[in-house]
Amino acid sequence: MMTIRHTKGFWLSIILALAAFAVVQFLITGQILNSFYLNTLFLIGINIILAVSLHLIIGITGQFSIGHAGFLAVGAYASAIMTMKFQLPFSAALLIGGVAAAVAGLIIGIPTLRLKGDYLAIATLGFGEILRIALLNIDYVGGASGMQVSHFTTWPWVFACTLIAIVVIANFTNSRHGRACISVRENEIAADAMGINTTFYKVVAFVIGAFFAGVAGGLYSHNFYIIQPTNFGFLKSFDILIFVVLGGLGSMSGAVISAILLTIISTFLQDYPETRMVIYSLVLILMMLFRPQGLMGTKELATFFKKRAAEGGTNHDNKQTVA
Amino acid sequence: MTTNKPLLKVENVGIRFGGLKAVAEANMEIYKGELVGLIGPNGAGKTTFFNLLTGVYVPTEGNLLFNGERLNGMAPFKITRKGISRTFQNIRLFQDLSVLDNVKVAYHSSAKNSIISSIFRLPSHFKNEKEIEEKSLDILKLFKLEGYVHEKAKNLPYGQQRRLEIARALAANPKLLLLDEPAAGMNPQETHDLMNLIAFIRDQFELTILLIEHDMNLVMGVCERIYVLDHGQLIAQGTPEEIRNNPKVIEAYLGEEVS
Repeated sequence: MMTIRHTKGFWLSIILALAAFAVVQFLITGQILNSFYLNTLFLIGINIILAVSLHLIIGITGQFSIGHAGFLAVGAYASAIMTMKFQLPFSAALLIGGVAAAVAGLIIGIPTLRLKGDYLAIATLGFGEILRIALLNIDYVGGASGMQVSHFTTWPWVFACTLIAIVVIANFTNSRHGRACISVRENEIAADAMGINTTFYKVVAFVIGAFFAGVAGGLYSHNFYIIQPTNFGFLKSFDILIFVVLGGLGSMSGAVISAILLTIISTFLQDYPETRMVIYSLVLILMMLFRPQGLMGTKELATFFKKRAAEGGTNHDNKQTVA
Repeated sequence: MTTNKPLLKVENVGIRFGGLKAVAEANMEIYKGELVGLIGPNGAGKTTFFNLLTGVYVPTEGNLLFNGERLNGMAPFKITRKGISRTFQNIRLFQDLSVLDNVKVAYHSSAKNSIISSIFRLPSHFKNEKEIEEKSLDILKLFKLEGYVHEKAKNLPYGQQRRLEIARALAANPKLLLLDEPAAGMNPQETHDLMNLIAFIRDQFELTILLIEHDMNLVMGVCERIYVLDHGQLIAQGTPEEIRNNPKVIEAYLGEEVS
């Protein structure tokens, strides 16, 4: 099921994505999209990257990390420093932001990934908070008053980064390395007994996830004119966590869909600031009551189309043979 | 069986958890191609012994030698790569993965392509994936699981789950296979099939097998040599016939004779 499906379907989705890109680009150049919608679009892209990168850590590898905003902050500040203080081009700044976050992921990951479940969650939450407090007290990046950042984020950048994040993580997942990560999630003791270096794969997933969070950070900081440590509090981490859980743990298309939906919902609820968080919370509560496995469960969007295609006559559907 | 050196040599191995000696002064030699049983009453330390061999626990005394190489303190995944793989007493499959993917995971270390090659979908990725898939389908066919290839592991009937676990352990390409109560929970017919299967894979894969079992029919039926563990001590070893008549073994299982 996992092998060599990246042929026809893969190229088809790439073509679809490029078509979507062209349409939006056309709307922008034709000035049909105003800056509010454009901004929402950027936010959706950034949130997709964040959701997909956390999906790799939580949904695939099963490591319950809730300090993702910390990596976002590392990427945001690192890339902002690069463009503002060193006058590097935006592309280099994005890459450096990603690498800086990946290094942070490596440093945090090696000691904390020995922990399991709740303990890992607390440790990663602590990392995010420590980082935020540290940034508040570093004058080089403006401390609490924040840092001025030029606006460099454009639609092609957002689109390219989102696409790369999705393709890289999907390719990683659908390979022997991804299977190793999934086996760690399913049963760590058995994975170990099957010759899988579980620590290595946990760290790898953590580093790749952190890298893309860092890239998202670069896009995020250059989308606003100012970044402040308060943007990267633990509520931000929970926002990202919610994308992943709501989409269905283990489903990348679920993470993408819920990132899109929730970003739109929360943007349009900005008109009702008093009730915004109430409605948002209600959506989540209802969702967890009626569909606790998330929007997509563990399924991917592609499998719905695949069902129709005959696949060698083997009984492919999970549901048919449960009894 | 009298070929030069033992494949596995256990020298005076022991482990204590605080004041409790779970296994003490265990000595065992297993030669290539043998099918050896390890029996003993509940709580005798059989599974602990397996955990020592596979690196889950590190022995507090003694030496574990596999092919002449010391295993003490080696990480479990490294021991598996050296050629010792196992099944578990309480089945530990990757429940939400398909039967095929369960086996594919075990073939992980036989492939060599890098993470980069998978991310960029380089030819080596496809070559390795294809190999893994072919090998996995072959082994599933051997275990008569080819009809369940895309089924989730947790949806299999119990007996099939046990078979799948053995198939998965074999996919890790072991020289020594450790089976922890493979017949637990099976009916007599399934146990009988399992006996044949174990004998078959030993010959097919030129394996050496050490199995823990409670089912005496199975142990006496397939094993050439048997070790008996009681209260963490290896109290006897010998052929099934010798073990059956060994007074120490009878005592361990049935208690002392009243005089």
